[in-house]
Amino acid sequence: MSSCLQTLTDYGLRSIGYGERLLPKADITLCEQFVLIGSGMIWNIYFAILALLFGFFFATVLALGKNSNLSLLNVPCRAFIFIFRGSPLFIQFFFAYDLFVILPRLGVDIDLGFLVVSVETRLLTKAWLGALIVLFFNTSAYAGEIFYGALRAVPSHDLESADAFGFTGIKKFRRIIWPTMLRLAWPSYTNEAIFMFHATTLVFFTGFPAWQQKGDAIYYASYFADKTFNPFVPYPIVGFYFILLTLIIIGLFGLINRQLNKHLPNNERKRLKINKYNLIR
Amino acid sequence: MFSYCADPKTLEGLMWLSCYVTTAKHMSFYYSFLVVMGLLSLAAPLAMAFGFAGATAARSSLKIVRAFGKGYLAMIRGIPDIVFFLFIPIALDQAFEYLRHKVLCSDVTEAVRQGNDFVVCAAAKLPLNTASEWVHDIYGFSLALLAFGFVFGAFAGNVISGAMAAVPKAQIETGEAYGFSSSQIFRRILIPQMWIYALPGLSNLWMILIKATPLLFLLGIEDIVYWAKELGGIKTGVYEYPHPDWRAWYFGVLMIFYLSLTYLSQSVLDKLSTRLSKGQATMAGKAV
Repeated sequence: MSSCLQTLTDYGLRSIGYGERLLPKADITLCEQFVLIGSGMIWNIYFAILALLFGFFFATVLALGKNSNLSLLNVPCRAFIFIFRGSPLFIQFFFAYDLFVILPRLGVDIDLGFLVVSVETRLLTKAWLGALIVLFFNTSAYAGEIFYGALRAVPSHDLESADAFGFTGIKKFRRIIWPTMLRLAWPSYTNEAIFMFHATTLVFFTGFPAWQQKGDAIYYASYFADKTFNPFVPYPIVGFYFILLTLIIIGLFGLINRQLNKHLPNNERKRLKINKYNLIR
Repeated sequence: MFSYCADPKTLEGLMWLSCYVTTAKHMSFYYSFLVVMGLLSLAAPLAMAFGFAGATAARSSLKIVRAFGKGYLAMIRGIPDIVFFLFIPIALDQAFEYLRHKVLCSDVTEAVRQGNDFVVCAAAKLPLNTASEWVHDIYGFSLALLAFGFVFGAFAGNVISGAMAAVPKAQIETGEAYGFSSSQIFRRILIPQMWIYALPGLSNLWMILIKATPLLFLLGIEDIVYWAKELGGIKTGVYEYPHPDWRAWYFGVLMIFYLSLTYLSQSVLDKLSTRLSKGQATMAGKAV
């Protein structure tokens, strides 16, 4: 037990570069597999949370754009959604990485007033930024399509009531359309969030290198499967972590769902039902 | 390929490009597109079979069979599919070799798992060490195919079992009232009626299957991703023509390939759905 605590301090934060430098090579214990794969989950959570957070807002913009009558807005939004939903995420990662590699090595200084940040295009080839951008675009496209569908399904009498009360423009959107859209989209969006977490497992299997063996959960799992030649231990561990994560997401999104449906009469409130089948992109 | 390609000095512009894209290595690249299409056309029916078996098992009256079917359908929900794609081929490979080892080399008493090694006798190796190259290729492809069938079978099973549950109860009760046996009800009433409910889910699944095909690369198959990486890269094993990093171009081609494949599929599936909706008492049916 005490040696397992030692393993935890050695490898608990290994995926972000703290602790022991060398990965376990021989006599790999169950504890080491659990700890290191769990450490890798940090990356999966990092990618998914940031991509979902930024993607949520961009998806709203895309949905509104796709719903717009102006072809100047409509066409690019449609194209964006089509490109990212119509091609495999796996290929998107490769394509984006190779594009980032051949970008000219440029440095841009961004003046924030109190602080000057220099941004180099080389950073894009690092997984923490480059892969995050791809995941952000990808989830924006999928969520954009979900929000678009919900936007089209906002009941027309809600809009008429808004008009009757003299709501226009931003106010009408913020107070009437947006909450209803979110409420309608929420079950599908929960699904999308779960798939986003699952999709993060692809990052280190594409061009993006795991620098100094800092990888995600499945990177370490396949490392162990290679080293021990026994797939029956590391992959079920990854499975265990992801089932746990999925349950947490369902719980959290369920709470938000309750909040979104709070104003409805009791018998019209819908419990969050999760669409069963998984999606690969 | 073309005769003028024999003399590189005379080549310029488009003529050079036509020579470049018709080299033997590029032919292998084009051939790997056929591998992808082959995988699609084999994996889809296999997944349907797995899914059908799973959905039927989940409805079985026998408790053990039902638990097995439900477990299979549920298994896929919380775990990323890549885990299965990595796990199933190697697990199956070891399972096959282990079984063959037990049967063919029953005189060997040493354990199969020795520390970090998985040791089976030479006769139990799959494929045999003496087997030719193409046997290895076929074996690898079959394992990959089984992994696809297994994973997508679970997805399809969820869709089919949902569709079976969506068939109106009254239809089944009518069958019972006419004295149909339960297998007759299954064959004559449930199966024919469930398709329209299954179609949206299944067409969704088809699109997902298309987008999952590049994962073949993870299973060690020389697929389009492999060739795009190798041909486009600067210093790779397979290509001797010196050129800068062209991988982005190759992957751009793959993007276009997949986009056109999904676009084409979507328009065909939309047509199919319109046709199947004809005469149905649904909103889509009324609109036709």
